[in-house]
Amino acid sequence: MDFFTIVQLGDASIRMAIPLLLACLAGLFSERAGIFDIGLEGKMLAAAFLSAAVSFSTGSVWVGLFAGIGISIVLSIIHGLASITFRGNQLISGVAINFFAAGLTVVIAQGWFKQGGRTPSLSGAARFDGLDFPGALTRVRDKMQASPGMQFYSEFVSGHSILVYIGLLTVPLTWWVLYRTRFGLRLRAVGEAPEAVDTAGISVVRLRYAAVIICGILCGIAGAYLSTAVQAGFTKDMTANRGFIALAALIFAKWRPWYALGACLLFGLFFAIDNRFQNIQLQVIWIMVLLVGASIAMTVYALRREKIDVLVLGGLSAVLTAVAIMTWVGSTGEDIGAIAALFETVKVPSQLIQSLPYLFVVIVLAGFVGKAIPPRAGGEPYIKER
Amino acid sequence: MTTTAPAIELKGISKAFGPVQANKDISIRVMPGTVHGIIGENGAGKSTLMSILYGFYKADAGEIFIHGQKTEIPDSQAAIAAGIGMVFQHFKLVQNFSVLENVVLGAEDGAMLRPSLAKAREQLKTLAEEYELHVDPDAIIEDIGVGMQQRVEILKALYRQADILILDEPTGVLTPAEADQLFRILGRLKDEGKTIILITHKLREIMDITDTVSVMRRGEMTSTVKTSDTSPADLAERMVGRKVLLRVDKQPAQPKETILDVKGLNVTDEAGVHRLKDVSFNIKAGEILGIAGVSGNGQSELLEVLGGYTKANGEILMNGAPIDLTGATSDGQSRRARGIAHVPEDRHHEGLILEFSAWENTAFGYHHDPKYQRSNILMDNAAILQDAQEKMDRFDVRPPNPQLAAKNFSGGNQQKIVVAREIERDPDLLLVGQPTRGVDIGAIEFIHQQIVALRDKGKAILLVSVELDEIMGLSDRIAVMFDGQIMGERLPAETDEKELGLLMAGVTDTDKPHTIEEIEQNLAHAGAGATKEV
Amino acid sequence: MDKMPKWADVVLVPVVSLLLAAIISVIVFVAVGQNPWEALKLMAYGAVGTSDFLGYTLFYATNFIFTGLAVAVAFHASLFNIGGEGQVLLGGLGAAIVCLFVPWPHWTLALIGGGLAAAVFGALWVVIPAYLQARRGSHIVITTIMFNFMASGLLVYMLSDALRPEGQMQTATAIFPDRTHLPSLNDVAGLFGSDLFGRSPVNVSIFIALAACVGVWLLIWHTRLGYQIRAFGQSESAAKYAGISAVNITMIALLISGGLAGMMAVNNTMGINTPQLVDNAAGGAGFIGIAVALMGRNHPVGIIIAALLFGALYQGGAELSAATSIPVQIVVVIQALVIMFTGALDQMVRSPIEKMFMRRSRAAAAGE
Repeated sequence: MDFFTIVQLGDASIRMAIPLLLACLAGLFSERAGIFDIGLEGKMLAAAFLSAAVSFSTGSVWVGLFAGIGISIVLSIIHGLASITFRGNQLISGVAINFFAAGLTVVIAQGWFKQGGRTPSLSGAARFDGLDFPGALTRVRDKMQASPGMQFYSEFVSGHSILVYIGLLTVPLTWWVLYRTRFGLRLRAVGEAPEAVDTAGISVVRLRYAAVIICGILCGIAGAYLSTAVQAGFTKDMTANRGFIALAALIFAKWRPWYALGACLLFGLFFAIDNRFQNIQLQVIWIMVLLVGASIAMTVYALRREKIDVLVLGGLSAVLTAVAIMTWVGSTGEDIGAIAALFETVKVPSQLIQSLPYLFVVIVLAGFVGKAIPPRAGGEPYIKER
Repeated sequence: MTTTAPAIELKGISKAFGPVQANKDISIRVMPGTVHGIIGENGAGKSTLMSILYGFYKADAGEIFIHGQKTEIPDSQAAIAAGIGMVFQHFKLVQNFSVLENVVLGAEDGAMLRPSLAKAREQLKTLAEEYELHVDPDAIIEDIGVGMQQRVEILKALYRQADILILDEPTGVLTPAEADQLFRILGRLKDEGKTIILITHKLREIMDITDTVSVMRRGEMTSTVKTSDTSPADLAERMVGRKVLLRVDKQPAQPKETILDVKGLNVTDEAGVHRLKDVSFNIKAGEILGIAGVSGNGQSELLEVLGGYTKANGEILMNGAPIDLTGATSDGQSRRARGIAHVPEDRHHEGLILEFSAWENTAFGYHHDPKYQRSNILMDNAAILQDAQEKMDRFDVRPPNPQLAAKNFSGGNQQKIVVAREIERDPDLLLVGQPTRGVDIGAIEFIHQQIVALRDKGKAILLVSVELDEIMGLSDRIAVMFDGQIMGERLPAETDEKELGLLMAGVTDTDKPHTIEEIEQNLAHAGAGATKEV
Repeated sequence: MDKMPKWADVVLVPVVSLLLAAIISVIVFVAVGQNPWEALKLMAYGAVGTSDFLGYTLFYATNFIFTGLAVAVAFHASLFNIGGEGQVLLGGLGAAIVCLFVPWPHWTLALIGGGLAAAVFGALWVVIPAYLQARRGSHIVITTIMFNFMASGLLVYMLSDALRPEGQMQTATAIFPDRTHLPSLNDVAGLFGSDLFGRSPVNVSIFIALAACVGVWLLIWHTRLGYQIRAFGQSESAAKYAGISAVNITMIALLISGGLAGMMAVNNTMGINTPQLVDNAAGGAGFIGIAVALMGRNHPVGIIIAALLFGALYQGGAELSAATSIPVQIVVVIQALVIMFTGALDQMVRSPIEKMFMRRSRAAAAGE
């Protein structure tokens, strides 16, 4: 792998990380205020559709962006109604919003453009193009022959759409709002102890609505980025579960802005690798080492604990070991001995590669990567108590 | 001026929650620079009245005057603006914020945080000197003790320039020495011209500190008198509407063989805090052992270990045979099988499933009992229903309708459902936590009688209560807990509240005189370990 | 006392919620330029207009009964199993393996074997999320969503690689042997000389679904396990006091839930006209189960009614999209609205109704 490939990978990671990052920070505002939001996905999707649709119709991507933000805010307010005003179940409300967006975007897109539930392709001013910084090279062939510094500058630093830079700036901005402003103090307080906020004479309801609206704005930008900067138009289910991954990243980041950047870049890297290396081949021995190693680690962990741990983790270890052995046996053949088979290469199923981010989310949630304490009042509606 | 306006005047305040009239036509005048007590049983409507004054509820009828001015208090903001500060029974603090951040929250000077924090830091210094309210402004709330947290609450009110301070049951979580310290602070505030309203159900506090006292009963304010013109017995009678026995009527105990023997019990919680430290004691048949202590000093953990839902190290012998404290049979089911019944401290979150009907709650914890089963798989719901009906009749639960959800019964009747379920198991050992918290006096007497009757049947009883009166009245022997340890055992006849109070603050050489500073040091040393609220 | 009569809670509140969902759906129809009355007529015809359509409605309803029960059992333990979709796929894998590789002598035995395999596979797919929830506190909602994605990855791999017969273009298993094919209800009706269900795939597994309803009803309200599940669902701290193991109940409730979802696969693999496991076999049924459970108030009777309604909606929606330019996703929109109004916005519907009844009872008391 040469330096340019690495730079390209980093560049792709950032591209993939930005929608995650915006959604993750959106979730951060909401959850820090005590409102769980698994509807990030739906808000992004609705915003992706409407910003593409409006960009196409008006020819201005900026109008589209604001339309996307607008619809995302509307859905946020619906979530607020359910979870703040009517004290409903926040998870159920989020699920409903996801389905609502998934269904409605296709229905409306079909009714509007009659192209099978997608928007027409965007071009020109209806799309966010990359910003080329002064002196940056734009053609791939030029970049490949440039010096490493120039490669880094041209590929990694320059050439992203303005939303990428806005997304990155959102991180310090979020930090500053959270820890340096009155609003941030109150926001953090309302997610931890709404009763303290309430008795201090501040409206819990207004504060939480403010939080979900900010969440809506950020989700709106994330959605618009997907359909008007990454892609040139809306397609069905184009958010591809990024909302859920962003939630996992938020937990991984322990609800902190800078950590969120790190977590999202990591997931971005996953996607970048997935996109770039469709066809990954591994020697059997490495598969054996990975799977059997994981099995041994889990078994050792389980044996020091209770029966249930032994049962579940032991069973999982058995399955992984069986897969490893099957791979090994499968590589042997008439002219390949058992030992030689260890050094055969096999193709890793592309479905497995695509599942890696999800698997990683599960591992993150399992909390073996550090236990995170969520905001104390999270997920619970606030009811005044005497 | 000769005709000073009252600091607070309420005229004809009424408030109903559905069919329940929480406050009925209440009028009250509190003069500035005085301490006014409001006393009444749980559920008498004291807290509702104060919540109206603090803008939490809107009164159905009535008027509020602050310093002679008619004032509308639609929300807490308005109450704060009117100069009212409130210290709630359950503190309203953000646990992972610093003291400074908590004080500033809601009273910031501008959109930026730093100038507000700097200003508050200065102010806190001044207030600390003025009122002896010393707190480290950078300490995180969850790391400081309950007494300190209460100071933060008072500082919050003072920082907002409150001149009327309402304290709701402020001593419930304090040791007697800390309570004395609090009263000294309140005295000081009064000298500075602040008006103080003290809500409590403890007669001693009313007598010690207030100038005037109002008595509330069933939503009505029955009388307001000068404290110097009344006595504890008189107040108690006004509270209940009839003469009450302040002591429980019981014969001396006749302890027999040892039922429960606890040796060297240790518990460390998930956060790594040492909750129980080398606890040892025993209880004999026909004896009530009372555990006194300020809440959060390990009593809850002790009950949880004995009840089977917290794991521990050490040894417990029940009827001479050891109990499994860590393994597969260290659960509530196995404990019940060993003859241990448990009336838990918190009936809403432990003793009952509020959404379940009364009959379903009758089987709670005993759902494996063969008499409730129709076959190996199916339960016999009819048998449970019938059993519930009988228990409710015997314990005079009202309304006697087993189909009603537990949440629809009053506190006293809920507690009777729990007590009936546990006592009628005829256990060898009964664990009782805060049996009369939030229970009306009639039910208190009934429940106390049932506990004594079980003792007289030759059973062992472990009573945990934060009410010293209850401990003194019911126990045959008293152990005092502080910071996860048993500080000593006393016989009720040979001790008094003062001695127990010192033990509760961790002072074992109770014969010597002690200063509040020593006690404070002791408490600070116990630190965060003792802050868990029940 | 309770704030309103039971019938209002069980009937009135869901009906009002449905009405609200219907009103918004009408707005959506108008927005995409479709006459809502025409659309309703088309959907109704598509749902029950011919014997084929009626059969399809019942076929889908069978699916939704299974997934609705699955979600409801978990809800009783206060757990939100949103992974029905993945569990259905795995159930299909289990049924397929058993049907393809075991020589069943008769469809009745195949039904038992396939049903068990489907349930076991469905349950196995929720083991890790359940374990992580019970022992590590990892949120079941997010982990089961992740397992849905992984399930579809696994299924695509199996259907395009391991289980696909050579030379077959379709990503699907081979067609199951004849003796594993469940008789359709039309075959049953045919015994009586009727052609009630046409060529629709509704089959005997609808009786399994109804039996599962009875089973769940007994489980939840008449067994110790059900008692413990409900107690744990209402109050975790009280369950702890009573000696009900949180880990065990979480695991068991979710395994039952996963098993019920997995069992749905019997209907959509062994029951369909060409019995086989195809790609995307779940078709959103796992998610519709959420709406069905919420609307049915987690009670088997309610779930049957809600499943029939969603069966009609699903089938009617498909016919609607065939006849007009409205995509099938309209069903997802209506499903979302039902979840929103009967689930998250329950209080919005409920409290005005409660107030109305309180006023009436107070007026009645004053009149006496």
